[in-house]
Amino acid sequence: MSARSFEVVVELSAGKPTALSLEVLGLARRLAGQDGGPVCAVCPAADEAITADLIAHGADRVYSAGEPLLADYDSDAWTACAAWAVRTSDPAVVLVGHTTSGADLAPRLAFRVQAAVATGCLGVERNADGLRITRPCYGGNVHETVSFKTRLTVATLRKGCFDALPRDTARRGDTVKIPLDRSTLRARVIERQRESGGDVRLEDARVVIAGGRGLNGPEGFEVLARLARELRGAVGASRVPCDLGWCPHSMQIGLTGKTVTPELYIAVGISGAGHHMAGCGNARNIIAINTDPDAAIYREARWGVVGDYRKVIPPLIEAIRALRGAERKSNATADRRR
Amino acid sequence: MHIVVCVKQVPDPEAAFSMFKVDEQAKKVIPAPGLRLVVSPFDEQALEAALRVREAAGEARITVMTLGTESARAALKHGLAMGADDGVLLADPAFEDGDAYTTARVLAAAVGKLGDCDMVLTGRQAADWDAGVVGCGIAELLQLPAITFARDVKVNNGTVRVERVVDTGCDVIEAPLPVVVTVSNELGAARAPSLRETMRAARKPVVTWAATDLGLPPGDVGRAGTRRTLERLFVPERRGACELVAGATPEEQGAKLARCLLEAKLL
Repeated sequence: MSARSFEVVVELSAGKPTALSLEVLGLARRLAGQDGGPVCAVCPAADEAITADLIAHGADRVYSAGEPLLADYDSDAWTACAAWAVRTSDPAVVLVGHTTSGADLAPRLAFRVQAAVATGCLGVERNADGLRITRPCYGGNVHETVSFKTRLTVATLRKGCFDALPRDTARRGDTVKIPLDRSTLRARVIERQRESGGDVRLEDARVVIAGGRGLNGPEGFEVLARLARELRGAVGASRVPCDLGWCPHSMQIGLTGKTVTPELYIAVGISGAGHHMAGCGNARNIIAINTDPDAAIYREARWGVVGDYRKVIPPLIEAIRALRGAERKSNATADRRR
Repeated sequence: MHIVVCVKQVPDPEAAFSMFKVDEQAKKVIPAPGLRLVVSPFDEQALEAALRVREAAGEARITVMTLGTESARAALKHGLAMGADDGVLLADPAFEDGDAYTTARVLAAAVGKLGDCDMVLTGRQAADWDAGVVGCGIAELLQLPAITFARDVKVNNGTVRVERVVDTGCDVIEAPLPVVVTVSNELGAARAPSLRETMRAARKPVVTWAATDLGLPPGDVGRAGTRRTLERLFVPERRGACELVAGATPEEQGAKLARCLLEAKLL
């Protein structure tokens, strides 16, 4: 694979590359290594600022259609842009974050350019024979490692599995303009409805408190929200409460929902099925609060509380406040002594 | 209007995972004897979407199609009992041990053979491999527009209007027919087969096609046509060491847990 390029498709959020896109860019840089070819970032809406950002995070070349309207994902247009970049640069691999956009783009692109495809991947290794990719299947209960027979592989990567490179503004790179043939666009986005979640974006939160079937009703999320406010965290859910209408689907964490990688994940009334853990298994610390002492979630947790969350969480909030108060007081005393 | 719904038969994903065994040598997941085979839930919801489109339009032919062994007839029968009009079973020893690529090749060829299809519906991903590749693959092979993760599908005057679930909400997307749409769980529960439709299902036509019926060379399908090789299949390691925070009362548990968080510098 030496000398062939490594391509990354970049998503934007509020005019900036998403954290996941930068992680994927970091992965491409590492896979390219010393002997490898250039790292190409495809970002249909990239302007000068975005281009500079991508180069500072590891891109050697940025492909853009220069279309501000393509900042949000558009299946036909983005697939056309990525396919054009593939045909121009002949990469060994195309990497994209595993989001609703990446999961749409990757298989379409792969079939269009005669590539193999792997979705929702956790690990990517490169050796003399090519790539080996590990991904969850069977609702996250099983992992598979696959290799590929094609000249090109397209893969979507889960958040939190790879590190972005530190920003280095001394890096240099160039740009390529993608000619977008509008006659190929058939599906049109008529409207983008956005749900306003809490103050903290679930994917970026350092603390996530998630509720499951064991909340026993939508009111449970108010209890979780109080704890979230105390810990400055975001509230998520497993699939069941979303399907039951207790909370919006945008809160869903798991194989078919969001992937989160917080410092602290508090799973409340969640049994810990594989499909849920696929979305939070990489959290640094997991706390399980559940009435069922045999729940699978305890196998994943650092701390477990067997009990009724409605009785445990209010004293937990009180205790956190008390401990923080005591901490502030002792720090203040220490400051005076200094 | 003619709608084709592609479904896959899978071991019941709602069963406890202790009902499955992973044979690392054979690189296969082995369901326990007696574990039910069901229609993959997202595919069932794809059929639900088709039935809702037919109800809104007043008239449409719905074909339920599956690639599998003879046992997959049960998946077709379930689809017919839910209300589909006819079935296509794609069964051939040559199809075995394929991947998402060869599956999409076979399904696309079968949709092509049907000839008059306005919309292909399928689940966002199958409950066994969780890949979510085949729907988009069919669209690309047939050069049709693809809309993924639908929570609502409506057809009006030769145009499909889909509410597509995205990470931050939903996009409303329109495309001219023919089109491929993959359906997500946000669509809502699929209906149970009614007694009347179950009785009728036995009389609905099901055709069986093999590779030669589809004009597919044996080297293009099954194991011979795959683009990926399964190197390893395994049960991921669990973290294990959970510290149970005990206490005589919930107040005590809450207080102890707060102290754990403080000591781990998580407050």
